[in-house]
Amino acid sequence: MSQPPQFTITTATNITTLCLSGRLDTKGVAAVWQRVTIAVGRAKSPTLIINLGEVDYMDMAGAAFISHLKNLDHNGTAKERSQVNGLKSAYTPLLVLAEKTDIKPAITNHLSPHSFVEQTGKNVADFLYDAKTFISFIGELIFAMVSSLKAPKNIRWGETFLMAERAGVDALPIVGLISFIVGLVMAFQAAIPMKMFGAELYVANLIGIATVRELGPLMTAIVLAGRSASAFAAEIGTMKINEEIDALTVMGMDPVKFLILPRVIALTMVTPLLTIFANLVGILGGAVVILSLGYPLVAYYNQVVNFVTWQDFTGGIIKCFVFGVLIAATGCIRGYQTQMGSSAVGQSTTRAVVSSIVLIAVFDGIFSIMYYYMGV
Amino acid sequence: MKQTAIEVKNLSAGYNNQAIMENLCFEILSGEIFVILGGSGCGKSTVLKHMIGLIPPVTGKIIIHGQDMVTAQGKTKNSLLQKIGVAFQNGALFGSMTVLENVMLPLKEYTDLPMDAIETIARVKLGLVDLEQGAFLLPDELSGGMRKRAAIARAMALDPSILFLDEPSAGLDPLTSAGLDKLIMDLRASLGITFVIVTHELESILAIADRTIMLEKQTKGIIATGPPKQLKQDKSNPYVYNFFNRNLELRNIKNDPKS
Repeated sequence: MSQPPQFTITTATNITTLCLSGRLDTKGVAAVWQRVTIAVGRAKSPTLIINLGEVDYMDMAGAAFISHLKNLDHNGTAKERSQVNGLKSAYTPLLVLAEKTDIKPAITNHLSPHSFVEQTGKNVADFLYDAKTFISFIGELIFAMVSSLKAPKNIRWGETFLMAERAGVDALPIVGLISFIVGLVMAFQAAIPMKMFGAELYVANLIGIATVRELGPLMTAIVLAGRSASAFAAEIGTMKINEEIDALTVMGMDPVKFLILPRVIALTMVTPLLTIFANLVGILGGAVVILSLGYPLVAYYNQVVNFVTWQDFTGGIIKCFVFGVLIAATGCIRGYQTQMGSSAVGQSTTRAVVSSIVLIAVFDGIFSIMYYYMGV
Repeated sequence: MKQTAIEVKNLSAGYNNQAIMENLCFEILSGEIFVILGGSGCGKSTVLKHMIGLIPPVTGKIIIHGQDMVTAQGKTKNSLLQKIGVAFQNGALFGSMTVLENVMLPLKEYTDLPMDAIETIARVKLGLVDLEQGAFLLPDELSGGMRKRAAIARAMALDPSILFLDEPSAGLDPLTSAGLDKLIMDLRASLGITFVIVTHELESILAIADRTIMLEKQTKGIIATGPPKQLKQDKSNPYVYNFFNRNLELRNIKNDPKS
């Protein structure tokens, strides 16, 4: 194993002499960098002579080290005169190359941090720009939908059904599992206080109305936001990076009609269907609890059917159409907004999921207020 | 006499035990600019991937500084990898890091240097490729040529003795390409680095290569070896002659007024 380089430093009147010996490679330089820098920095004389006669080997790290020593600040100014002696001629070009670079030892960053006010202003501007982009995109989407309605054969139905299969059929297990567990847990939690009043059977009313009106649509939408919005964003984002969308544009094809419309139609079709499935499985989860409490299944069924109205059911389903459009549109627009770089797709995917969930929550609130005033 | 930097012995290159090149044998000398040449899809990049230890070959040995890259494991392989640098075709720079951070990364991982030393060395490496001004830019903000130079700077971070370059001039304008060729020549002259370059940019090959081997898909092997200027003149193998002279058909050799 090679020995680390050695150094001696002597100071006479106005002249500091540094003698280095051994191997000045990356490993060797690492061993002496700090000690030599401190020692040279402490020397008061303005002239530095670096004697490299005993240096056996030097690579670019060694050359950078010598260049760094020559440029060291001394009382705020660089050494007035630095001189290198004894360097083997083979290593002279390395030093010349290293000295070509303007070395500034302090770590600096071109990205200066923003003040609170600047950051807030930037966030507000970003939000407004984002809202504007989203609204104009929705407008473009509606235009594409309307023009496609005039000529439905122009819609890419093959792609649409493929998307419907991926977003819908493939999501059945996860939607079913979550809905069943939510129904089961909610029934358990509700059964405990209701039992005190001997009203366990009314758990069926709670499960029926909550699942059909709120939980079924909401759970389905959140699963789809996590599953399909992210997939759409990643898919379209990758296409953007690979210039596939540019290729579509220059071929005269509208990317909105070609890529986004099939996804929006597919998700708008499958969200209500998945919600119906989620409603049934959620109610089934409640049934397990009721059965365990000793009531017959028929009693649970009658209780649900008599309490939940068609209005409740359709109210939940209408929401799902809107959720479907929102999730698909958000996923696609976030993918469409993907910038360049490997982290960009990840950022788009995250933004797609977050935006979808926020929009689902906001629109669910809007629907609740609307239904309240409509008496639904 | 120059030492052997890399020795490739009976190498069968390919994936999943399917050899696309068989029984390749060649040596690369220290300080040499060596070009692996061949038509599209002949397996040049696969051979390169075997040489840098990215994928194991079907059979054969790749001896780098006396150690077999194919069988090296753990610390041995790690130390071997630190002796080589690789610049990939599209740069393969980490998009979330600035150019300077990309170059600093190997130094942070493999050395005990203090941070200011790491930054100084990284800046010197960027200076070598004339990229000091782009130190704080993200890879996305760089042009194709800048990205390739940044990749070379990162590959040189640990002062490797061998640099592997995959298609360094592909997609670059002639001036940038010529600048890159000059950089390779300068680095070899001042640092004595051995260059192994995979390319089919003829102008670049003729300008910088000391020696080249030419691979061919049909014969699954080396069909020509030697200095590129010599291969360009040699009419003994029509395919090689046509390749170097950009002739589409064999008869062009006969019609060539110079011949």
